[in-house]
Amino acid sequence: MVDLTSSPYAEGPRGPKPRRSFSRANIFLYGTLIVVSVYYLLPLYVMVVTSLKGMPEIRAGNIFSPPLEITFQPWVKAWAQACTGINCDGLSRGFWNSVKILIPSIVLSIAVASVNGYALARWKFKGSEVFFTILIVGAFIPYQTMLYPLVIILREIGLMGDLSGLVLVHTIFGMPILTLLFRNYFASIPEDLHKAARVDGAGFWSIYFRIMLPMSLPIFVVAIILQVTGIWNDFLFGVIYTKPETYPMTVQLNNIVNSVQGVKEYNVNMAATLLTGLVPLVIYFVSGKLFVRGIAAGAVKG
Amino acid sequence: MADLSSSHSPDGKRAQRPMSLFRNLPAKIASIPMILTALVVFVGGTAWTVVHSFTSSKLLPNTKFVGFDQYERLWTTRRWLVSIENLALYGMLSLIFTLVIGFTLAALLDRKIRGENVFRTIFLYPFALSFIVTGLAWQWILNPDLGIQHVVRGLGWESFTFNPLNDPDIVIYGILIAGLWQGTGLIMVIMLAGLRGIDEDIWKAARVDGIGTIKTYIVVIIPMMRPVFVTALVLIMSGIIKLYDLVVALTNGGPGIASEVPAKYVIQYMFRAQNLGQGFAASTMMLVSVAIILIPWAYLEFGGRKRG
Repeated sequence: MVDLTSSPYAEGPRGPKPRRSFSRANIFLYGTLIVVSVYYLLPLYVMVVTSLKGMPEIRAGNIFSPPLEITFQPWVKAWAQACTGINCDGLSRGFWNSVKILIPSIVLSIAVASVNGYALARWKFKGSEVFFTILIVGAFIPYQTMLYPLVIILREIGLMGDLSGLVLVHTIFGMPILTLLFRNYFASIPEDLHKAARVDGAGFWSIYFRIMLPMSLPIFVVAIILQVTGIWNDFLFGVIYTKPETYPMTVQLNNIVNSVQGVKEYNVNMAATLLTGLVPLVIYFVSGKLFVRGIAAGAVKG
Repeated sequence: MADLSSSHSPDGKRAQRPMSLFRNLPAKIASIPMILTALVVFVGGTAWTVVHSFTSSKLLPNTKFVGFDQYERLWTTRRWLVSIENLALYGMLSLIFTLVIGFTLAALLDRKIRGENVFRTIFLYPFALSFIVTGLAWQWILNPDLGIQHVVRGLGWESFTFNPLNDPDIVIYGILIAGLWQGTGLIMVIMLAGLRGIDEDIWKAARVDGIGTIKTYIVVIIPMMRPVFVTALVLIMSGIIKLYDLVVALTNGGPGIASEVPAKYVIQYMFRAQNLGQGFAASTMMLVSVAIILIPWAYLEFGGRKRG
């Protein structure tokens, strides 16, 4: 397995300094990078300028031109007045639903997965590796094959349509990758430490809380980043396991923008889209290298 | 790594206990959520769906077995055939372009350039956004009346036509543009990590031998990065099969059924059209296609040697 998590960004640039800045190769290099950057930045730019224009200006002008007259009205409307069906209380409802889903999901999924990973790394028992293998293979099973059985399970325990049902679903589907993450991290902590604690009479939980937990703050941050973006961006589970009043933000956003009734207000739509993307974007720009570590860890599933 | 006997040897009292079920009890209790997830949801749920794909379930699941009837109907439904065709085309193009763009960008960033962090941040940020946000943003940019087509026509090229989201023949390319925008950054990061893992001496040796930069990449570096490419391949492919939200946000399967995909077909039949049997059969087909991709990979990666 390739170690993608630590190697690339641990050290700075290596080797000799670039010799000349304006060689032909360099112009080609930077030229290509800048052109590609434009393609990547374009949608964000277009979303921002569109969300700051009034509708008349959008109809008359072109999508790339900066707003002549900046208005924040679309943002206000997207947050507080945009309609889904008969409800016209804006995207704020979806936002708070997503928060209500996000926080317990993060706490529960990380608590469960870190203890699982710890047990798998240090307290193996007969069959523990078998369950772990099933879990990892399960990460590749298309969600579609497990959707309906989970509907039945949630209905049986009375959580179908409830936010706590969705929290459970996120905990289940976050488990493979998080367990892998924690298992690998705990396995990398010197085993002598574990043995010393055992000799001193510490048991399963006291080693976990008093030795492992304080030593593994970075991996918890990585796990939180992974889960915040993953759960916030989820659409599939939200649309299936909740009902209109409890729809998370992504589902509500799609209903607002792709609604067939009424006149399309592109500026409001773009403001709503940006609002939904804001949480993961902030996480991304603030966390920087930890985000990269998180997705790289998420990437090397198997 | 600690195995059972060594992790218990300091504690002689426990090791002698006759009931093996109670050995290491806290770890077993702590693993109950994992065991339940693995056995009930992953194994049980999947098996349940596969078994029920052979029944005549409609509004509610039942156990009247009808053999391969659901599959027969599935493979004669135009919507499913269109879905499969779309996924094959999207998958092939997405795979090629993601690998090529991801590797090229990583190679460019690996040329000891200034502002590497800035470029990396720009290429990767779409990955933080959901498919819904991605889809809605591109839906707006590709809007025929006000988007790119409108802008280019405004510049004087009156006959310019680029309206992929409303043209059944090219709608899948519209989805591809948005999908590549969202997903290439991830592959770039993985490729970059792979490139950073390559010994500086390889480059020196290539230079001494007078091999050009591009040729070194193709002949020396890429073959050395086989494991990274395999990881990227598995990632891209498992993402392709999941393709759902992006289509919902961008076209909702339209125009007509021109951009339907299998994952959407499953949801449609399971939760909208009240035809569970069809949904189960379609999701089983998805499972089969994942198995076809994963089994050779698992064989290549872990075959012959123990996983670790």
